[in-house]
Amino acid sequence: MSSTADRLPRLLALVPYLMSHQGAPVAEVAEVFGLSEKQLIDDLQLVWMCGLPGHTPGDLIDVSWDGGEILIENAETIARPLRLGIDEASALLVALRLMNELPLAELPEPEQRDALTRVIAKLERAAGDGAAAVSSQVAVEVDAAPGALATVNEALRRGRRLSLRYYAPARDQVTSREVDPLRVVVVDGRTYLSGWCYRAEAVRLFRLDRVQDATVLDVPAAPPEGAEPTDVTQGVFRPSPTDELAELELTPAGRWVAEYYPCESVEELGEGRLRVTLRARDTGWMVRLALRLGETGRIVAPAALAARAREQAGVALALYDDRP
Amino acid sequence: MSRRKTERLLNLVICLLATRRPLSAEQIRHAVPGYDRDGDEAFQRMFERDKNELREIGVPIEVHRDPWEEEPGYRIAPEAYELPEITLEPDEAAVLGLAARVWQRASLAEAASGALLKLRAGGVATDEPALGGGGALELRVDTRDPAFPAFWEAVRDRRAVRFGYRVAAGESVLTRTVEPWGVVSRRGKWYLAGHDRDRDAPRVFRLSRVVGQVTPLGRPGAVVVPEGVDLRAMVSPWDESPSEPPVRRTATLRVRKGTCQGVRQIAAAVREGDGEWDEADLTFIDPARFAVWMASLGPDAQVLGPPDARDAVIATLKGAYESNGTEAGR
Repeated sequence: MSSTADRLPRLLALVPYLMSHQGAPVAEVAEVFGLSEKQLIDDLQLVWMCGLPGHTPGDLIDVSWDGGEILIENAETIARPLRLGIDEASALLVALRLMNELPLAELPEPEQRDALTRVIAKLERAAGDGAAAVSSQVAVEVDAAPGALATVNEALRRGRRLSLRYYAPARDQVTSREVDPLRVVVVDGRTYLSGWCYRAEAVRLFRLDRVQDATVLDVPAAPPEGAEPTDVTQGVFRPSPTDELAELELTPAGRWVAEYYPCESVEELGEGRLRVTLRARDTGWMVRLALRLGETGRIVAPAALAARAREQAGVALALYDDRP
Repeated sequence: MSRRKTERLLNLVICLLATRRPLSAEQIRHAVPGYDRDGDEAFQRMFERDKNELREIGVPIEVHRDPWEEEPGYRIAPEAYELPEITLEPDEAAVLGLAARVWQRASLAEAASGALLKLRAGGVATDEPALGGGGALELRVDTRDPAFPAFWEAVRDRRAVRFGYRVAAGESVLTRTVEPWGVVSRRGKWYLAGHDRDRDAPRVFRLSRVVGQVTPLGRPGAVVVPEGVDLRAMVSPWDESPSEPPVRRTATLRVRKGTCQGVRQIAAAVREGDGEWDEADLTFIDPARFAVWMASLGPDAQVLGPPDARDAVIATLKGAYESNGTEAGR
């Protein structure tokens, strides 16, 4: 909220905030509103020029920030914030309804279910009918709670290490690992565990429906200092820039690849065909993708990867006595 | 927005909130600094624009037309303007703080944080979003599709939309005109559900297949969402819909020992074999979808039957053999 177009809405929230937080430090208020201290002072100077018609000193809003604490007077007319807009209330309500849909096991504390119901009711009352209607027309589905979730939550609550048997489809392998749980993350309706993995010696994200078996160990979780939960703000697929870059050509029937995997580039080739580049976390995974695509896509580069896909297809065909 | 204009608009809000009886444009012109120096016509234009801008940010300006007055009067009713009193218990504030962080993309993330800011300004103690690092649970929803904001607005404003739509796995882009009923996220994909005017039937559209701009059509408020419509049921795929029970069949395959963990995980049965192979039974519905999965396993799996599934695997593998590596270095 720092651009100039947002300034008036900001001022209409700032004045009530200052009224309800008399004596708040400049630095704190600046942080709440996402402003530099200089921008905040500039806002205060603007507010100070405004007030009731007549504009005698007695009509104007009185703001002072001597000693770094903000005091405000004579602003009773705009002492309450503007009511929530439909977008604002709906954004919160849709998110709250999504949380309300989480299986009970998903919430760290079961009592939160009750708090959710109460806060939804309060917000609906404050927002009016429009927002309530919109928020029922936007829905985020949540997958059923994976079986491992209760164990993971127990380990989080008790601060214990976990032992997991985990199926990694990229490598088509089941591995055993010990993990110190950091957080449960629900992204687009799917549930993950973010934790320090002793096998990878790094923070890893585990999709909980791929955990075959989870046990709470009698060992306190002790992730290394500075181990932060995975940042999922850019999505859960986060190929590393050092992974090999592959280029694929897709026919219209192979376009789904661009929808399912994060591509570094997508180029239309006409007639519905695409050229995409994506990072292969694992060359085996890329070869399996090429096999799956059949005639609907092909690896253009690197050439060695294309040759490997062709070779694997040939060996597989030989099993069927259908050697090409 | 210039500083002078922000100042004028803030003064206008205060003036219209403070007055008990509606003020005419002329009275407002004298009461609010910033209008006084302009000519009549310039003032009228400026006042019109200001009213629109205030309405855009949600300020409810009332217009009063009294039969005995020549000019309309304006005011803002405090009860329509002000956020109603709302208090939250600490546990309620905590879940609200979590909810405010759900959205990842600009439009809704800004709306959510704007709402939180208003609530805090109103004296509600909300969970500090910047301190969110400590929680044991985090929720995120991505609205990455470029069409999302336009569809959200269309749903909100109850307006029809027209957009280009790529047919599944097809090369052609068709124009669709839809009365939107809602948007649903399912397994990481967003869908629009609504009434397709061209086909005169309810239809579902995947947002990732929308091509180009989404154009709103007609008046806001014109779309009527039918009573009792179940958006989620509309987007669940046919193989989960109870009205069309899917035909499940069993395939038998050989899987190389120590491989195909995904298959073994969901196989109905795995029989240990001699040598390098085990045998597994796997349930499938659609032979084509089953075949591409089996093909992806390459030389680690061999489908023994039924014949249509086996043939589909062979066809996919042949396709992969022929399309890869033949024009290397192109």
